[in-house]
Amino acid sequence: MNSVSGTVYDSAKQISPAFSEVRELRNYRYLLAQLVRRDIVTRYKRSVLGVAWTMLNPLGTMLILALVFSQLFKTVESYPVYILSGLIAWNFFSQGTNAAMSGLVWGGSMLQRIYIPRTIFGVSAIGTALVNLLISIVPLILVMLFTRTPIPWTVVFLPVSILLLTGFALGFGLFISSLAVYFPDVAEMYQIVLFAWMYLTPVIYPENIIPEKWLSIYRLNPMNAMLKMFRIPIYEGRIPTGPEILPALLWALGMLIFGWFFFTSKTDEYAYRV
Amino acid sequence: MRIESETVQATSQDAPVVQNMIQLENVSVEYRIPTERIGTLKEFMIRYLQRRVGFRKFRALDNVSLSIHKGEVFGIVGNNGAGKSTMLKVISRVLRPTLGRIVTYGKIAPLLELGAGFHPELSGRENVYLNGALLGYSREDMDRVFDEIVSFAELEPFIDSPIRTYSSGMYARLGFAVATAHFPEILIVDEILSVGDEAFQKKCNDRMIGFRQQGATVLIVSHALDRLQDMCDRIAWLDHGKLQLVGQPGQVIEAYRQEMH
Repeated sequence: MNSVSGTVYDSAKQISPAFSEVRELRNYRYLLAQLVRRDIVTRYKRSVLGVAWTMLNPLGTMLILALVFSQLFKTVESYPVYILSGLIAWNFFSQGTNAAMSGLVWGGSMLQRIYIPRTIFGVSAIGTALVNLLISIVPLILVMLFTRTPIPWTVVFLPVSILLLTGFALGFGLFISSLAVYFPDVAEMYQIVLFAWMYLTPVIYPENIIPEKWLSIYRLNPMNAMLKMFRIPIYEGRIPTGPEILPALLWALGMLIFGWFFFTSKTDEYAYRV
Repeated sequence: MRIESETVQATSQDAPVVQNMIQLENVSVEYRIPTERIGTLKEFMIRYLQRRVGFRKFRALDNVSLSIHKGEVFGIVGNNGAGKSTMLKVISRVLRPTLGRIVTYGKIAPLLELGAGFHPELSGRENVYLNGALLGYSREDMDRVFDEIVSFAELEPFIDSPIRTYSSGMYARLGFAVATAHFPEILIVDEILSVGDEAFQKKCNDRMIGFRQQGATVLIVSHALDRLQDMCDRIAWLDHGKLQLVGQPGQVIEAYRQEMH
């Protein structure tokens, strides 16, 4: 009956939101690029050094942590590389999930006015964190050159590590941001959780200081498996083995699927909840 | 009070030339609102375990059937809380109907709170692209209309300055220019706009009239009844989520006014 060109929207024809969301996200990929660009550009817009802070930030943190803890962990060989290889992964995760949460709360006012795919703020937050992660590889290389640590060929494994962590962070970011829509205090609580989580994860300390009896609990921490994907190729200079990759892969896939379905199952309510 | 029930079939049979742009079939929207405000996750967990999480259902739209035709200027009147905004949200895909079905044909441009997605630190140019992307346009779409947007908003000298330096009038002008840069098949206007000075308002009006002449369908929600009566081809009156009356502007507005007094 209708021969109108362009987009036809039929609310009765919508397939499962988890799947239609993927298609919508593809239609809005230019917005995705714009949101990532906005977040990168505006973060340091008023600062003199600008985007350089993306590199200076982890470099500064790393120098302080290295200075403070290198006395404590004298046994760890080339400690700065050890800590930095863990820190870039941790920062990616904490930044990305945090930004996903605040992004949805900011985007809430937009979601009430116009149609945008609901996952776009989570996905763009992880995208921004991904760009920052890639930039922070520069100070890592600087530190390796400075401390005369040879850069192993096994770093070619890093794209896989990044992919796994991206999946995990996106799933977790979507999960935590949909919780934050319903319970505003989740945003505050999550800062404390992240703080504790970082110290439960071997970011700044070596794994071998964990007492034997706690090891089985300690292994349940997914970020532990994730960090290994970065540390083994960068610091230990070898390709992770199958049994090392498997937990990271399962966590990444499991969290991504869980987070995606959890988030999209509630999307119809966001427009009047946020 | 007369309730005119319009079904899609009837319309298409009576006047086969009429093309529907928006079809609402028995649309209801229900909000699920917790009976008590639960602010914290902890509280929710405790109450959930005690099975004390109650939800109240609130029907913002109740079984509304309506079709809006191509090229029509369609107004919606009603008191606050009558469901006007909810109706616009259902049509613009912000909300999904709880019951019933809605079909829209064509690109929808919402003119709601102009410039809502602007970022103060970005330049006018960057914001044009960001805002265009929020409205669902691609880079190529925006490249094509960019110069037109800038000249319409009369912002040529300032387009590369951060938008935080703009006056509120400049802000709204740019917002309107972006939102109306592409020909919309369906234009949604929440409250009749008062953007900038009189000269600019006339430009806005001219542009909307132009869209209409090109065959756009315009949907307006407003409390300015006299202006609605002048502009619209048909008007719907909503009350407590129910469609009370649809018809000629004069007739509907008179009935609405009578009910109010």
